Amino acid sequence: MKIILNGEPAEVNAATLAAALEELGYGEGPFATALNRDFVPVGERPETRLTEGDAIEIIAPMQGG
Amino acid sequence: MRIYDDIFSSRLMLGTARYPSPQILRQAILASGAEIVTVSLRREAAGERAGQKFWDLIRETGVKVLPNTAGCHSVREAVTTAEMAREVFGTNWIKLEVIGDADTLQPDLFGLVEATRILSAEGFQVLAYTTEDLVAADRLVEAGAQVLMPWGSPIGSARGLNNVYGLRAMRARFPDLTLIVDAGIGVPSHAARAMELGYDGVLLSSAVALAGDPVAMARAFRLSVEAGRLAFEADPLLPRDMAEPSTPVLGRAMLGGAVSS
Repeated sequence: MKIILNGEPAEVNAATLAAALEELGYGEGPFATALNRDFVPVGERPETRLTEGDAIEIIAPMQGG
Repeated sequence: MRIYDDIFSSRLMLGTARYPSPQILRQAILASGAEIVTVSLRREAAGERAGQKFWDLIRETGVKVLPNTAGCHSVREAVTTAEMAREVFGTNWIKLEVIGDADTLQPDLFGLVEATRILSAEGFQVLAYTTEDLVAADRLVEAGAQVLMPWGSPIGSARGLNNVYGLRAMRARFPDLTLIVDAGIGVPSHAARAMELGYDGVLLSSAVALAGDPVAMARAFRLSVEAGRLAFEADPLLPRDMAEPSTPVLGRAMLGGAVSS
């Protein structure tokens, strides 16, 4: 299905957020996820189902002021 | 300096952005004596690992991290960013920024109060990036913020303390609240001034990161913050309009004018 990943079009076969992260190649690293602008905690990723056109944000630590 | 349940001996908080290299960032943190640094979040592509590298570097220094919601212009965006930061960094602290004006990066005080209320209810410990507005400060405290961070001047402007009167009034109005001047500090004398006014601490970033020698500047800020705090505790002299002789007049010899017979 077609999704939006960090603002860019992407294609995944996975049905859940957790499976999609694995399919897309996101490993263990420190990152947090949001689906359609709502935070999805790590524990809820396996049961969070994806639908066509979903917007996923994956963000990681960076320098800040 | 108290931040919620923790006490820190250093009163200088340092940003981590825009350093020439990770190595200089690490040296600057150590030279500043800071026990708290600010961090942020950004999109990461699969396999990029930049976030992991940065996070490892910060953890090696042993300092506490204060995640920010920099760049957020709405309550919803700031709240979601805070929730994501809590999971990634494993802290309830959030330096809450809700930006209202694109040119001055002035906080949207209305959105800030609303976001503070939501996040406090979710168990966050909010450090609110605000202005010196006393009414907004009242509302933020009511909403649950126990640390307020008024701006010295616009972020990155290096203009120092634009409104000393306002900052002094805020300190007087909230004598027991942790107040930290955040933003606009350009040189160590600006930081010293904030400390002389009785502020609990200062947070600065570009002033060190963009200096020609960030490590030396970090040390300069460490000294100025310590000097300013010491001066505040020593009860400084207040300004006056006219001169007052610093040498006692009593017992002064009469050596001028005509000698009388």
